[in-house]
Amino acid sequence: MNHLPLIIKREYLTKVKNKSFIVMTILSPIILMALFAVVAYLSQLNNNKERIISILDESGQISVIFKNTEYTKYTMLEDKSLKEAKEMVELNGDYGLLHIPNNTNLDNIAKDIRFYSEDTPSLTVISRIESKLEKKITDLKLQQAGVDIAQIKASKTYIDVVQESYQGEKTSKMDNVIKLAFGGFAGYLLFMFIIIYGNMIMRSVIEEKTSRIIEVIISSVKPIQLMMGKIIGTSLAGITQFVIWIVLGGVLMTVVSIVFGINIAEMQTPQQEIMQQAAQSVETNEIQNLISAIYHLPMTNLVIAFILFFIGGYLLYSALYAAIGAAVDNETDTQQFMIPILMPLILAVYVGVFTVIEDPHGTVSTIFSFIPLTSPVVMLMRIPFGVPIWQQLLALGILIATFIVVVWFAAKIYRVGILMYGKKPSYKELYKWLRY
Amino acid sequence: MKYLLVTKSVSKSFGNFKALNDVSIEVPSRSIFGLLGPNGAGKTTLIRIINQITMPDSGSVLLDGELLQPNDIQYIGYLPEERGLYKSMKVGEQALYLAQLKGMSKAEAKKRLKYWFDKLEIGDWWDKKIQELSKGMAQKIQFVVTVLHQPKLLIFDEPFSGFDAINANLIKDEILQLRDEGSTVIFSTHRMESVEELCDHIALIHKSNKILEGPLQDIKRTYKTHTFEVGLVTDNEDRLKEIIQQNFEIAQADFKSLNDDLKLNIKLKPNETSNDLLSFLTQKAEVNHFIELVPTANDIFIQTIKNH
Repeated sequence: MNHLPLIIKREYLTKVKNKSFIVMTILSPIILMALFAVVAYLSQLNNNKERIISILDESGQISVIFKNTEYTKYTMLEDKSLKEAKEMVELNGDYGLLHIPNNTNLDNIAKDIRFYSEDTPSLTVISRIESKLEKKITDLKLQQAGVDIAQIKASKTYIDVVQESYQGEKTSKMDNVIKLAFGGFAGYLLFMFIIIYGNMIMRSVIEEKTSRIIEVIISSVKPIQLMMGKIIGTSLAGITQFVIWIVLGGVLMTVVSIVFGINIAEMQTPQQEIMQQAAQSVETNEIQNLISAIYHLPMTNLVIAFILFFIGGYLLYSALYAAIGAAVDNETDTQQFMIPILMPLILAVYVGVFTVIEDPHGTVSTIFSFIPLTSPVVMLMRIPFGVPIWQQLLALGILIATFIVVVWFAAKIYRVGILMYGKKPSYKELYKWLRY
Repeated sequence: MKYLLVTKSVSKSFGNFKALNDVSIEVPSRSIFGLLGPNGAGKTTLIRIINQITMPDSGSVLLDGELLQPNDIQYIGYLPEERGLYKSMKVGEQALYLAQLKGMSKAEAKKRLKYWFDKLEIGDWWDKKIQELSKGMAQKIQFVVTVLHQPKLLIFDEPFSGFDAINANLIKDEILQLRDEGSTVIFSTHRMESVEELCDHIALIHKSNKILEGPLQDIKRTYKTHTFEVGLVTDNEDRLKEIIQQNFEIAQADFKSLNDDLKLNIKLKPNETSNDLLSFLTQKAEVNHFIELVPTANDIFIQTIKNH
């Protein structure tokens, strides 16, 4: 008799109808959005304050580079001693005072520039001032040495190497960033999914043990059916939660931006000002590159691989979680068995983040994308960089084979474990159970 | 006699521990079969093997003369000793779910549930959660769920634990009725008085071995000692005792009686009958208490286990 649909239905409905599940599903995005709104509001409050910086330029040739911007105003002080200037600035409550001394030697000027302020000034403000000063003084020095600045500017060259495969596919740095983002997102999603819903499966197995219903159930269904039913039912509940989160999150995001008038895209802060200035040097066709990068991703391959590796990896870990649940009596006893499960998962994310970026097809990345416990995460991160189909199929094959073996092991532990009460099992005992 | 369930030389080990050693039992159809034994004897393991929860290392189990198949679980109703229900699930939903796992259709399960809920007067619990019920109430639900699919074979492991006297009686009557309607019941317990009341057949398992099996009456017959408990009214107790002692083996007896009589246990020789004793006694004194000492299930239980 196949009771799988019945078990899946029950597992799904009990999870979804559970009060804390409903509360978490609805509340999580709201809390997250509220937090986001608060942070956005506060940082806007902070950054929108106009800063007035007074400048006492005794050399008279450097301060020209400081131009007023929306949030930063510069006041030039003239014919004042440093002492007077300090007193005045303090009285006015300005952000700070920049003092540039006079000296024929530019190096001495550079050495003696000071910034006076009541509190420690913001790092961004100081570094902005520093870079402006550096540029100006360098220019002045070049002038002193008799170099034509216009010539130097004209000779400056920006290079963006266009990468092209032998087949003529063009790629760029932006491509790599996009690929990393895609792979990283997929890998991280899987990681989160395994941790959240794997735990849920484990708890639901433990619950059946503590409520002592397990023997009643087991006299009607095979343990492996019960286990698979739990895994699938819980996953469906998880997917439901994820979809609700995404939809609700999207709706809330829109609502928040309308209500608070915070337009995320146009939020102008001094930090962004700086970034914009930096970005001006970058060629505008980067935007086109971005679009073409997304367009050039192996989309079909990516989507299919994502689905297969996601399901495979998730099922593999779920079976392990279910086995742990069956082996112990309560959640506190799970710790000793959790570490061997979490280690490969964390390792996979580390390998993904550190080595795949460096060299997506290097030995380390390749090997880890075949090892079944790490392959779902690492392979998902590698695929955007173009992995030969045979490698993907091989990794998937290994993953599925491991899954079958693990399910067989887990079912054994499950079958014996669910009827064992009262003692915390050791690894030695688990090994013995496999032979029962 | 027709046997519904037969186990043939069933053995099972857990690691180095032998839980069952070559155990064969025969459970007659339409009987209540008591599966007895001290704690840890292997009863639960045997029951789990019958339910296909654990597989035997060797030996076989036959249901209705055929090897037990995975699908046969629908013919078996099992109330385990370690039992419980999903605490946060509603009574009705839960009963329907468990019934469907046993292969019933939803509509049929609903109909049968209504019948049982009405019969046990628990109809208004349908929408309650298990955690809102008392232990005894939950046990009733558990009982209903066990018998709902009208199984041929019912297995009860300590069915009365958690019930008060009234409810235990109610359940006992239901078990007897199920037997009369054609079910076969395997009944495992430590409580010997319920064995006395319910069981037609018993099997005794001790230290993984079956050491005794058969109809309860036959076993009692083999275990009886031909001893009679008598109360005699006489003027001279010592004299009477002496006379009896010359013909029979006697011992002091202790039972409650309205009269202050001479109380004796008198043992007959194998060739003597109760009539011989009675006619002998009536000549010597007035007999106002005469009863054959039949061993109780408890006596048999303790004696057999001591002898092993």
